[in-house]
Amino acid sequence: MIDVLVALGIFFLSLGVIGLIRFSSAMNRMHATSKASTLGVGFTVCAAVVKFYPDGVFLSSILVLLFLFMTAPTGAHMVARATYNSRETENKTLDEFLE
Amino acid sequence: MIEIAITVTACLTLLCSYRVVKGPSVADRAIAIDAINTNVVALGVLYAMHTESHYFVNISLMLAITGFIATAASSRYIKKGEIIE
Repeated sequence: MIDVLVALGIFFLSLGVIGLIRFSSAMNRMHATSKASTLGVGFTVCAAVVKFYPDGVFLSSILVLLFLFMTAPTGAHMVARATYNSRETENKTLDEFLE
Repeated sequence: MIEIAITVTACLTLLCSYRVVKGPSVADRAIAIDAINTNVVALGVLYAMHTESHYFVNISLMLAITGFIATAASSRYIKKGEIIE
């Protein structure tokens, strides 16, 4: 059980990193890492929860999972929004420059 | 099994730094640092499973919280061009 969960986590982590390296634009890379890597860490933390179950640390592991699932999409969304807004303002200044 | 997983995750984290060094824009670097942070959280959890020590799970928890602040600061840098004004 633990080995299967760890293998799934490694698989999704490697998918995220391959997407980060191979994709063409910044938004595509953000799409790859923010979903696949989060899922990979989720599986790995689930393996830790299964391993540490009778102990008290598995609650800490669930807390890691909770924080990661809250913060990773929020951070990716903030970076995406900032990139989109800065690109928009660049286009506006370019248009004004053309006029 | 867990030793192999730790090795593979460390190599993946090293591969992320390629995008940090080479990435064309600032957003690519911010995304790559976010991915490195996510991988290091996984590394901490895997190391806690390897050594059966409890402290590394808490270290992963603190890294997950601190990495969000780092991502928020880098997004603010992308948007405004400065972090503290």
